[in-house]
Amino acid sequence: MKNIALAERTAAFDVNAVRRQFPILARMVRGKPLAYLDNGASAQRPAAVIDAVDDYERHHHANIHRGVHTLSQEATALYENARDRLVEFINARSRHEVIFVRGTTEAVNLVAQSYARPILEPGDEILITHLEHHANIVPWQVVCEQTGAKLVVAPIDSRGEVHVDAVVSLMGPRTRLFACAHVSNALGTVLPIRRLIGAAKARSIVTLIDGAQAVAHMPVDVQDLGCDFYAFSGHKMYGPTGIGVLYGREQLLERMPPWQTGGEMILAVTFAKTTYNGLPNKFEAGTPNISGAIGLGAAVGFLQGLDRGAAERHESALLDYATAALGKIPETRIVGTAADKASLVSFVVAGVHPHDLGTILDEDGIAVRTGHHCAMPVMEFFKLPATARASFAIYNTFEEIDRLAAGVERARRLFA
Amino acid sequence: MPPALNARAGCSLKFAMELNELYRDVILDHNRRPRNFGGLEPADASVEGFNPMCGDRLTLRLKLDDDKISDIRFEGQGCAISTASASLMTEAVKGRTRADALRLFDRVHRLLTDDAAPPAEELGKLAALSGVREFPARVKCASLCWHTLSAALRTTHPQALPAVTTEE
Repeated sequence: MKNIALAERTAAFDVNAVRRQFPILARMVRGKPLAYLDNGASAQRPAAVIDAVDDYERHHHANIHRGVHTLSQEATALYENARDRLVEFINARSRHEVIFVRGTTEAVNLVAQSYARPILEPGDEILITHLEHHANIVPWQVVCEQTGAKLVVAPIDSRGEVHVDAVVSLMGPRTRLFACAHVSNALGTVLPIRRLIGAAKARSIVTLIDGAQAVAHMPVDVQDLGCDFYAFSGHKMYGPTGIGVLYGREQLLERMPPWQTGGEMILAVTFAKTTYNGLPNKFEAGTPNISGAIGLGAAVGFLQGLDRGAAERHESALLDYATAALGKIPETRIVGTAADKASLVSFVVAGVHPHDLGTILDEDGIAVRTGHHCAMPVMEFFKLPATARASFAIYNTFEEIDRLAAGVERARRLFA
Repeated sequence: MPPALNARAGCSLKFAMELNELYRDVILDHNRRPRNFGGLEPADASVEGFNPMCGDRLTLRLKLDDDKISDIRFEGQGCAISTASASLMTEAVKGRTRADALRLFDRVHRLLTDDAAPPAEELGKLAALSGVREFPARVKCASLCWHTLSAALRTTHPQALPAVTTEE
């Protein structure tokens, strides 16, 4: 039954039509067609994004919010139009709630320094989980050092799942903020964030969701989720690098002091006093990544132009297929076996170090990530120095997974 | 050529050959059965090397007899290149003086990075590492153990050193 259903639903998604929109997928790597399975690190860009950035650079570039001249007005309109697209994309209430940042890392740092640092007192607690990316650990460690607050870490189980009860039992009277990933970058686990956010809200705990691995793969509606902050990066959702978004609830952002200071974030400066600009500009000091924001707006347009339900089912079918294909290879173990997973497989092959595996796969034109995935506590938990990770996107194919499995099998035999 | 690689249909010959140069039999053998692997008590020097990029970690312990390395052992976790390189290094430097071992490091370093490196016969089995230079991302794997050895030899109190890393 399942196989028939699988065949029907994948037939509805024309992966080749999607692939044709990504120029880089036509290239050869080491004499073989590129099989790009490192989308968790950074996804590739469709022509719509490349063209939007190119058009801006060729025809409209000027500094924004400053000049009365034509180019400055055009650039400002393009930049702010991109913000509007992002407001719609995550269903924020208004443009005041969408701050352009460099990426998820900067967004988390912004909240740690601008929201958490002023309110934290010695003995207060910040709660995270064991499967966070370093970008959702270190900024909290730093702010804890600065304020005397304590970092509390909720456990995961051997499948890489986070249990709501275990997290909630750590939400105490001193918990000021709960931060967690929407999707684990190292394991693929989709966290039960709706229930976690609900539990935090019931205890008046502010919530931040690291959505870096989620936004490209599932719909995100920040009002529906009810989180206070949601952070994500452009380049993992088919947009440019160096641009991302911090969504924040307006009441919270209003109360927060600026994170960096300089131009654009002020209304008036005298040497005695500076009056800060309103939202969102208060948090966008200096000339921003204008072309990046425009490219990200185009990436939103690209995603909205897809049948996202079909795209999700395609990615889910890729996950099932890869799990089965790798599971058949002797000595190969999938790390992270949560019931609800995004389209990502972390795995190890006994006797083959992930680094060697990465080199051998690269020689076949297959790009995977190998290493600790900036999630060393996760690796520590599984007692592994590193894993190999194949992370899929809408343009990946079953044939690419066959090539991956063949490469893994070859590496296993070489090192046996 | 290992049969596993030889059997690949349709693979570009140039890259297949480069890969075979990287994973030579000597490398595969020293990865499977690393020599001088394990602890060494008491040691005159013990230094930890760490490659933050891939998480490779090794601890090098050595005994010195005056200026001579009388014994050397390593332990840790790493890829085939890093394990085999450390294994080959311990074999190569045991019995050498500090200065001699450092000269050898210099030669190995050139072997790993310089296409115009002189003929490698004098390096003995270490010449098996020459394939690494076609894979720039893997040079640090092969050189981690040598950087660690260098740190151990260049200081009189290596125990007080922080872990060596391949990141400058």
